[in-house]
Amino acid sequence: MAYEAWNEARAREIVAAHQMQEGPALPILHALQEAFGSVPDPALRIVAEALNISRAEIHGIVTFYHDFRHEPAGRHVLKLCRAEACQSVGADRLAAHARERLGIGWGETTPDGAVTLEPIFCLGLCALGPSALADGQVVGRLDEKRLDAMIDGIRR
Amino acid sequence: MSARLFISRDSGALAVGAEEVAQAITASAGRRGLDIQIVRTGSRGLYWLEPTIEVETPEGRIAYGPVAAGDVEGLIDADLLTGGAHALRVGRPEQIPFLKRQTRLTFARCGITDPLSIEDYRAHGGFQGLEKALRLTAPQIVDEVTQSGLRGRGGAGFPTGIKWKTVLDAVGDRKYIVCNADEGDSGTFADRMILEGDPFLLIEGMIIAGIATGATKGFIYIRSEYPHGIATTRDAIEIARKAGYLGASVHGSGHAFDLEVRAGAGAYVCGEETSLLESLEGKRGVVRAKPPLPAHKGLFGCPTVINNVLSLAAVPTVMAQGAAFYKDFGVGRSRGTMPIQLAGNIKHGGLFEAAFGITLGELVDEIGGGTASGRPVRAVQVGGPLGAYFPRALFDTPFDYEAFAARDGLIGHAGVTVFDETVDMRVQARFAMEFCAIESCGKCTPCRIGSTRGVEVIDKIGRGEAVEANLTLVKDLCNTMKFGSLCALGGFTPYPVMSAINHFPEDFGPNESGRQAAE
Ligand SMILES: Cc1cc2nc3c(=O)[nH]c(=O)nc-3n(C[C@H](O)[C@H](O)[C@H](O)COP(=O)(O)O)c2cc1C
Ligand code: SF4
Ligand code: FES
Repeated sequence: MAYEAWNEARAREIVAAHQMQEGPALPILHALQEAFGSVPDPALRIVAEALNISRAEIHGIVTFYHDFRHEPAGRHVLKLCRAEACQSVGADRLAAHARERLGIGWGETTPDGAVTLEPIFCLGLCALGPSALADGQVVGRLDEKRLDAMIDGIRR
Repeated sequence: MSARLFISRDSGALAVGAEEVAQAITASAGRRGLDIQIVRTGSRGLYWLEPTIEVETPEGRIAYGPVAAGDVEGLIDADLLTGGAHALRVGRPEQIPFLKRQTRLTFARCGITDPLSIEDYRAHGGFQGLEKALRLTAPQIVDEVTQSGLRGRGGAGFPTGIKWKTVLDAVGDRKYIVCNADEGDSGTFADRMILEGDPFLLIEGMIIAGIATGATKGFIYIRSEYPHGIATTRDAIEIARKAGYLGASVHGSGHAFDLEVRAGAGAYVCGEETSLLESLEGKRGVVRAKPPLPAHKGLFGCPTVINNVLSLAAVPTVMAQGAAFYKDFGVGRSRGTMPIQLAGNIKHGGLFEAAFGITLGELVDEIGGGTASGRPVRAVQVGGPLGAYFPRALFDTPFDYEAFAARDGLIGHAGVTVFDETVDMRVQARFAMEFCAIESCGKCTPCRIGSTRGVEVIDKIGRGEAVEANLTLVKDLCNTMKFGSLCALGGFTPYPVMSAINHFPEDFGPNESGRQAAE
């Protein structure tokens, strides 16, 4: 997925566009991450200033939520469902296979920067497991073979 | 006349290739010069048959599934467009036992209509509840909802009418309706199906809630794991606003009401109502102590109704058909229908809406058809990550809030997750503790620290270290969490853990490695 390079003027523009809503913090953070792929420190400074809250406060908010990244992810993000319904159809085994194939653990990115592997807890596809979110696309009935094909496709 | 085909755009269908199937049909029809129209619907919730193609015929719709893109040429050769014979033909969807046995009130339209066609919605009975509500006073609407016996479908089962009455009676120049669409429980997807498959139903329910309580603004808080649900609901709100159902004067009534979708950010605890309100306000999702109740001091300190998607989506039926009609379904103090979700290792997984009272065994064995793997069912977790694991011995438990509570379980959001005999219940108990540790909001020590300790102690049991003593420790820990936690995340994590220990003690004994080796 292609993101914009960090640009302070652009960040201010995004913050300003969402600032007037009721409870603007999450919409702003989502919009920043959508643009830049992460919410880096300079962005947090701008948000704190705009919302008139302390740096510590915005830091507390952004770190509370699993979605927000401090560092950009790899070029592709593979989120595998780790929750119970997917466990019942082999999600743990599939995840172990993915970690081995990619040579990384949960939350890590392959050294070539191609793939970040993350856990996700339920996609509401619990009758179609094991499921995954691959670069934002929902995937159901995943197995080792299809996972390998996906990884090969990404790597090529 | 062009042939009309129906293919779901629900993320469950998309996840297994519905888009590719739709594209293959369009391409093939183009090559063959066939005149077709494809309507993208929500899902009927028969997920083992997705992707499904339905075609309109003089006898009604005929379904085919599960269809792969590669099947399309053969299907069209077999006269798919007129309902021709084919190995994948399953006939009239309404005649499939899984659907035939249901009582679809909330899900009456889902899978049949185009979710973003407001004309389709109206043609299938939509907005009749709102029209009825607009002829009543606010207390009359609240009374109707109370009389229906509707209880919150988000987990706690609190009477919806009483909640609404509290907000109606509360004084405030601004009041809010908040829809809890955080649906974090594994094994559940009914909220998602409504958001993606019949969003106008939720919008109608929220408008009625607004008129009934004097609230003029509503928020739908949808988890970020549901990108399709967020997009479809946003589109539906836009369409409803253009059609005059939202805005300064709802349907020309003079009542103002408007809606906004907000995306969550991957925190399970934000499904807890006060944590959700904190999150909507833009703060850390730390659970608030009650009182004050959200009905008195909720969003931004204003009186707030916070209800689950399914609670709000049941209201149009209650209003259109009357409280007595709705209340007639169900048993005991569990009235109406419950959209039950059959998930996990199950042959026929999907959405099963039924009156309360159906037993767990009927659901799993008869309707679900047992496991997908073909191995015997060993355990069933009901009610998501905070719900208990039930053994076959308890399959006579009827789906009813009180009946599940009497057996140390809960219905929660009605997810039923099936496991076959290969499941290791010690691993499941460990996961329950791990999940609590990952998702804890951090406010209470038993939840924040206890869960991590729980993982460590269960690991020791797995290694065969001082098994008896460590089991006692886990039980003590569960007791501390149960009584020392502010909300149900810490307070109910003992349900899966203790039910695993009590019903499946063989997985916690020193012989546990022996059981695994035998497989
Ligand atoms: C940890 C936790 C997570 C919860 N998650 C949800 C959820 O995802 N959706 C939901 O509707 N209720 C959830 N609840 C229940 C809500 O706190 C609340 O009872 C519900 O939104 C009230 O709506 P209702 O009366 O319509 O059920 C959760 C509760 C807890 C303690
Ligand atoms: S029980 Fe856990 S999640 Fe609930 S308030 Fe306490 S620390 Fe937060
Ligand atoms: S548990 Fe994996 S999608 Fe719900």
